[in-house]
Amino acid sequence: MTALQKLLGWVDDRFPLTATWKAHLSEYYAPRNFNFWYFFGSLALLVLVLQIVTGIFLTMNYKPDAALAFASVEYIMRDVDWGWLIRYMHSTGASMFFVVVYLHMFRGLMYGSYRKPRELIWIFGVLIYLALMAEAFLGYLLPWGQMSFWGAQVIVNLFAAVPFIGEDLSIWIRGDYVISDATLNRFFAFHVIALPLVLIALVAVHLVALHEVGSNNPDGIEIKKKKDPVTHIPLDGIPFHPYYTVKDIVGVIVFLMVFSAIVFFAPEMGGYFLEANNFVPADPLKTPEHIAPLWYFTPFYAILRAVPPLFGSQFPGVVAMGLSIVLMFFLPWLDRSKVKSIRYRGPIYKTALALFIVSFVGLGYLGLLPSTPIATIFAQVFSVIYFLFFLLMPWYTAIDKTKPEPERVTG
Amino acid sequence: MKRFKTILFMLLAAPLAALAAGGHSVPLDKAPVNVSDKESLQRGARMFVNYCLNCHSASYMRYSRLQDLGLSEDQIKDNLMFAAEKPGQTMDVSMPRADGKAWFGATPPDLSVIARSRSADWLYTYLRSFYRDESRPTGWNNRVFDKVGMPHVMWDLQGELAPRHTKQGEHEVIERLDLVKPGSVSLAQYDAMVGDLVNYLVWMGEPAQNQRKQLGLIVLAFLAVFFVVAYYLKKEFWKDIH
Repeated sequence: MTALQKLLGWVDDRFPLTATWKAHLSEYYAPRNFNFWYFFGSLALLVLVLQIVTGIFLTMNYKPDAALAFASVEYIMRDVDWGWLIRYMHSTGASMFFVVVYLHMFRGLMYGSYRKPRELIWIFGVLIYLALMAEAFLGYLLPWGQMSFWGAQVIVNLFAAVPFIGEDLSIWIRGDYVISDATLNRFFAFHVIALPLVLIALVAVHLVALHEVGSNNPDGIEIKKKKDPVTHIPLDGIPFHPYYTVKDIVGVIVFLMVFSAIVFFAPEMGGYFLEANNFVPADPLKTPEHIAPLWYFTPFYAILRAVPPLFGSQFPGVVAMGLSIVLMFFLPWLDRSKVKSIRYRGPIYKTALALFIVSFVGLGYLGLLPSTPIATIFAQVFSVIYFLFFLLMPWYTAIDKTKPEPERVTG
Repeated sequence: MKRFKTILFMLLAAPLAALAAGGHSVPLDKAPVNVSDKESLQRGARMFVNYCLNCHSASYMRYSRLQDLGLSEDQIKDNLMFAAEKPGQTMDVSMPRADGKAWFGATPPDLSVIARSRSADWLYTYLRSFYRDESRPTGWNNRVFDKVGMPHVMWDLQGELAPRHTKQGEHEVIERLDLVKPGSVSLAQYDAMVGDLVNYLVWMGEPAQNQRKQLGLIVLAFLAVFFVVAYYLKKEFWKDIH
């Protein structure tokens, strides 16, 4: 026995190191037929780590003070060694986080990854998505530019639309009657401590739940149903490490190439990742002509604007926006299809999913534009399709003609 | 609730109003930006300290950073530093903010990142679109930024322009600006000088941008090599699966 093995044995007697390694990596059996869409889970984890590491370095020079915040960001961009790189990685990382998370969620929709027995994985996932939206929103106030200020003003005012308690609620959130230094300080606290802790905890339970039931796959069948009679290893399963670790490294490099192309050659991404107006310091007395949230919020923003006010209150729009996310939690129970994967679904579900994606992207596009009567009509049509995708699901998935699932995974 | 409605009104109505107002916005000319042209940037820096820095600050920009443009510290001190003692200082103005507000109606904005908020083309067009307008307190107006508080600072170079109006539906709009009183340089020379100035403003908006692009090529090249290694590693491991 070598010294290293002895050390490992000493640790294993006191901490399940080898057991954990085996359970989650070297003896975690994942289906052998993962395709392109299965890169985005590990990529989301990568971006989370990138955001935390770059975020830590940003806090070393950032000043959460309304009088200093904007200048401290420019100080980071100019005078801090490699500050510009860290800042661009963080700002690009925020948008790329949503890119990979949206693709990851789309994968779930396509292959029915939310279906029994993975309901909790899906629910934890939606909670991660919610926490991520909160994290992004809070972080966007910190550069203290015009869009930071007015974007936060608009979103916090959504809470003011809640009947009876709305006004008090929004003051409680801001800590002031307007977005101010007090708001900036608490948003900073939430952004660098509270939400990251929540995110990490949710990611942990998301993975624990996943490794308990095992991964779904593009065929939507359970590999645990067909096990080797002697070893009890799923016949279509392969150890996550080394097979998927080496495969994910390829995905990581391709992702980093896209990521670097943005960071080094187009950090503003044509105004979608860094808005031009956010290079103007926050001015509470000067409302920008056009306040648009960042691209990853625009589908929900478009839903908010699509709902007409009731008795002069925008509350119905706020409710619709909230519902559009809450509905996602119920997805595992709304889907009544006999099969999970889109490969064996009938034409109705395929059409429904296509319409849903078109509507979601369409809403995202409309949310970027100033509201016009024609744009509002489009947003209303897309919003109705968005909601019907969920609300009619129990019926259209039940009557949809499905194809028989294979016994073993294909491809 | 009232504030929410105000915000919402601004949200929904302001863009509409902006659209209506922007219906006949001035088409912007393409600015000749090349942030790797150090001579142009040096000429632009000179224009900047001579014409802009009297009223506008660039308070995130240090004089010493001009060394990135190929200037020595002594050259910076002798030719470009009029309002600072040490090259490590930022480009501030001695004009008190309150005075600026009293004289021009608004404090002249800081120009450190102006090219990032306004865009190079806007600045290039704006700085060439001042015209005589006796109805304005300064005697100057601007085709791109109507009723702007800033006077035509470089009038001695460009000379005086006068608007030629035309009817566009209900509105009377400026069709073009004609030179009525020549300045000390030709219009083509003036365009080139403004081009240098805008080029400098773009560079000053992010002084690390040349370094950023150079590093980007190295990073992408490294990742390309790494990709080949990782791809064959994956292939080797997966041989026994397929």
